[in-house]
Amino acid sequence: MCPRSSTSARPFQAPLESLATVEETVVRDKAVESLRQLAEQHSNRDLETYFVPLVKRLSAGDWFTTRTSACGLFAVCYPRVSNAVRAELRQHFRNLCGDDTPMVRRAAASKLGEFAKAVEHEHLKQDLVPLFHSLANDEQDSVRLLAVEACVSIANVLQNDEKQRLVLPTLKQASEDKSWRVRYMVADKFSELQAALGPELSSRELVPAFCSLLKDAEAEVRAAAAAKVKDFCSQLPADTRQQMILTQVLPQVKELAADPNQHVKSALAGVVMGLAPLLGRDATMEHLLPLFLTQLKDECPEVRLNVISNLDAVNEVIGVKNVSKNLLPAIVELAEDSKWRIRLAIIEYMPSLAAQVGVEFFDEKLSALCMGWLTDHVYAIREAATNNLKALVEKFGAEWAQQTVIPRVLQLARDQNYLHRMTCLFCVNIMAPVCGRELTTKLLLPTVSSLVSDPVANVRFNVAKTLQKIGTVFDQKVVEAQVQPVLERLLQDPDNDVKFFASEALEGLRLQ
Amino acid sequence: MPKPQKKVSKNVTSRGKENESTPAEEKKAPTSPKDPHPPPTQLTKPHGTSSPHVTTKRRQNSSKFNISKNRELEKLPLLKDAPANEREDLFIQKLRQCCVMFDFVSDPLSDLKWKEVKRAALNELIEHISNSRGVLTEPIYPESVNMFSMNLFRTLPPASNPTGAEYDPEEDEPTLEAAWPHLQLVYEFFLRFLESPDFQPNIAKRYIDQKFVLQLLDLFDSEDPRERDFLKTILHRIYGKFLGLRAYIRKQINNTFYRFVFETEHHNGIAELLEILGSIINGFALPLKEEHKMFLLKVLLPLHKVKSLSVYHPQLAYCVVQFLEKEPALTEPVIMGLLKFWPKTHSPKEVMFLNELEEILDVIEPAEFQKVMVPLFKQLAKCVSSPHFQVAERALYYWNNEYIMSLVSDNAKAVLPIMFPALYKNSKSHWNKTIHGLIYNALKLFMEMNQKLFDECSQKYKGERMRTLDRIREREGVWDRVEQVARKNPKVRACGHELAQPMCLQCTAVDPLLEVGNPYHGSSPAELVTLDGEQVSLPELDGKAHEVTPAGERKKPLLRRKSELPHDMSTLTAIERHKRADEFLATSKENS
Repeated sequence: MCPRSSTSARPFQAPLESLATVEETVVRDKAVESLRQLAEQHSNRDLETYFVPLVKRLSAGDWFTTRTSACGLFAVCYPRVSNAVRAELRQHFRNLCGDDTPMVRRAAASKLGEFAKAVEHEHLKQDLVPLFHSLANDEQDSVRLLAVEACVSIANVLQNDEKQRLVLPTLKQASEDKSWRVRYMVADKFSELQAALGPELSSRELVPAFCSLLKDAEAEVRAAAAAKVKDFCSQLPADTRQQMILTQVLPQVKELAADPNQHVKSALAGVVMGLAPLLGRDATMEHLLPLFLTQLKDECPEVRLNVISNLDAVNEVIGVKNVSKNLLPAIVELAEDSKWRIRLAIIEYMPSLAAQVGVEFFDEKLSALCMGWLTDHVYAIREAATNNLKALVEKFGAEWAQQTVIPRVLQLARDQNYLHRMTCLFCVNIMAPVCGRELTTKLLLPTVSSLVSDPVANVRFNVAKTLQKIGTVFDQKVVEAQVQPVLERLLQDPDNDVKFFASEALEGLRLQ
Repeated sequence: MPKPQKKVSKNVTSRGKENESTPAEEKKAPTSPKDPHPPPTQLTKPHGTSSPHVTTKRRQNSSKFNISKNRELEKLPLLKDAPANEREDLFIQKLRQCCVMFDFVSDPLSDLKWKEVKRAALNELIEHISNSRGVLTEPIYPESVNMFSMNLFRTLPPASNPTGAEYDPEEDEPTLEAAWPHLQLVYEFFLRFLESPDFQPNIAKRYIDQKFVLQLLDLFDSEDPRERDFLKTILHRIYGKFLGLRAYIRKQINNTFYRFVFETEHHNGIAELLEILGSIINGFALPLKEEHKMFLLKVLLPLHKVKSLSVYHPQLAYCVVQFLEKEPALTEPVIMGLLKFWPKTHSPKEVMFLNELEEILDVIEPAEFQKVMVPLFKQLAKCVSSPHFQVAERALYYWNNEYIMSLVSDNAKAVLPIMFPALYKNSKSHWNKTIHGLIYNALKLFMEMNQKLFDECSQKYKGERMRTLDRIREREGVWDRVEQVARKNPKVRACGHELAQPMCLQCTAVDPLLEVGNPYHGSSPAELVTLDGEQVSLPELDGKAHEVTPAGERKKPLLRRKSELPHDMSTLTAIERHKRADEFLATSKENS
């Protein structure tokens, strides 16, 4: 930030002021953003002389667009002006909160939290908290839900007893609002609200509110609340946490696992594993494991996927052995799901899953799946499967690769389908650096070279591309003896693309 | 006040309209500018007959009603069997019974017996209130309003679209309200209540207040078109009967529009609200109040910029034209506003703008026309040159409008020089053959209008083209020299293939000078040369103009759905079964 120089800031003020009054929302928002930066540039005196009058003009404007823009400017100038001006600013803000048009009240409500941080403690309680209460009781739900957001900032700057007296009743009321949009907002902001209220108040007062959001009539609200289960529980005070989770939260969670709405179930599946470390080994075995096993059998693939992707949390607490028996059918089913995005998601999770289950279990149960994906009919899956192999080889080592992966990959080179022969080349591309010089020279290179006479041109030019990529792995002798002749042969190919890539490869390997 | 020279060429304006509605509804929706009624909002979306109807899983809206705890309803004796002095009590008892809410979503078969009691009671109440006189005693008012509020005021559920990611009002079938069997009767009852000859607004205004209206307005966002249709009629009646609420209703409708335009771009009831406003504007007293003018310029015009304009465009255009018929002096700001919001890339929307503009031009005063003609025809020149043939075609239909052509003819000196280059250029270069024919028609009209001016334009245009060509050649020469010099540089091999092709071709293609009147695509110099060799003569234009079929007879939808999604038969039949209370909304006279 450059030093404050009002003289250079002032010329921009007039055009920005007029831009802040236009109809188009995006333009106005940008103008306000710039005006806020401009305020930083003003010296304290100039701020009062030039900028505050602008804020007042805007907040008294005829058209609602002007007044909405004004709302965003209070917090930036308030801390730097004299007490008399501050009082005026508070008065203007109060007027905006009670504005006739809901658009202005919405703008004011969305800036209330920011303004609350700028205002002195005394005035916050006297002036802003009543405004907060009136906005939280607005006739329009679109205003009320924005007051929930302000709730976080206000609670953050209040003392404990004040929070309980001034914020908590409103918050409780919002969590039972008749509009689902307001309740959704409470659910969505629950972690922030909980943090702002502090552990003691929230464990005493918020648990019932949270539980009632978990069994809300509207699925949208339940899903938002379900997604917060882990965050909420981990913020509970450690001494009573386990007890509270077991007696109050868990019964609701169990019901949510069988919710008729799949978004609710998958939101829950994404976080519920996070409860395991909080509950400890025994409680997890007793309460979470059954839940987890039901979710693994859920009809909706997203739910199963979310469970598996969050397996590491459970793994740390009870070890994966306990679930492996149920895990496998779920994985196999996802691996064969008709939606390719599901298959893709499970592939991407495979490397970390492999690390958790260990090499033996993997070889026995999962390696066949990984190889199967290499011949999937969707390119994105074959590509992901290729990358997966690389990660697996990195994890289990070159020795393992030689025994399990490479034979299967090289087999693809003799496949009927040219796409599979190309997959073979892609695998070689990506595995060569991991497998090391010896393996690559001994096993991979001959196969690549054998494809030089493939009937399909795409395969042939991919041979050239592959050789260019893996060429750096070999020593110079091998390159000259085995790579160069192949590439030179491709240079004579009747197909133009093959020639092009062959010459690219020769150039890339500095053989030309 | 009809003007003598104002002849609306029916075949053009109405054709655009008919195609927006399904054939069955054509007769119901005459929307010529002189129509005294706002065009009714369509209940179903326009759809092709060929699209397959599929029976998907029946979808129903899951409004969360506050289901009553005690739902055991006892069947009460019939009102007509009760002694006269007990009827009022029984009436109230039945109204209270009808406040009990049932579940239609999670278990449609629950409480069947008691649901039937409520249904029968509602039916009886409707009959009672419509057929007997003197039953609307004072205690009935709060009970009726309360029954309506209990049943209907609820938070609408989140928008749902099972076939796609987000509910698209232009495309998707609405989800219907599951509780409709009861809701319909409640609406029906309330409408009869408002319309009863015994109804006294003075008593009712204690209960039908601002808060009531606000909650009623919130319901307009319902996805169910049948519900919105009832709401529309009810709000229209309330506006007509409660003078004290009028300003408030207008203000709240404005707020709904502001939110829709500037914040959410999502609201299901815009067309219905505009339909009500259309009937209100009809009744505005002259001279117009400042408030109403602001409404036109600050609310109705910005409504043109929203993505889903097609959903409510006929109603919006009607409102705008109504204003201009009342107050011609507003034409200039309105047309300038339309030009400001003119779509840049959304062709179907551009066609709607052209439809609306023609409706406005149909009622324009000649003096107003002169104020806007230059920017207006600059835009039309762009439309005529649009690569989207429907846009070009719609713009060229203006040449079939006698009133517009008479205005053009009176102001030929200003209009011709603007339009000529665009027409002339596209007469050969436009990809679509139909457009060629229409352009020849237009050129012929211009030529007949003022042969001398036409020739001048033609000469001037040719001169301009020659100069353009010279500039291009000169520029090519310069680039050639640059290239020669570049090739002499010893490092020329390092940047190998970039110099392989001659550079000049790449540069001429984007010459802005070539895009006279055509922002979309430039044309190559070769094309310019061939056109230049030709002489335009009247007989030749005649010949060309006859090559195409007369534009008026072709049936082609000017507005179509983005795609043909399969329709849910049960939804369609449910909506089609809905009977409108009013075919048209009557004018609400302003008392001031």
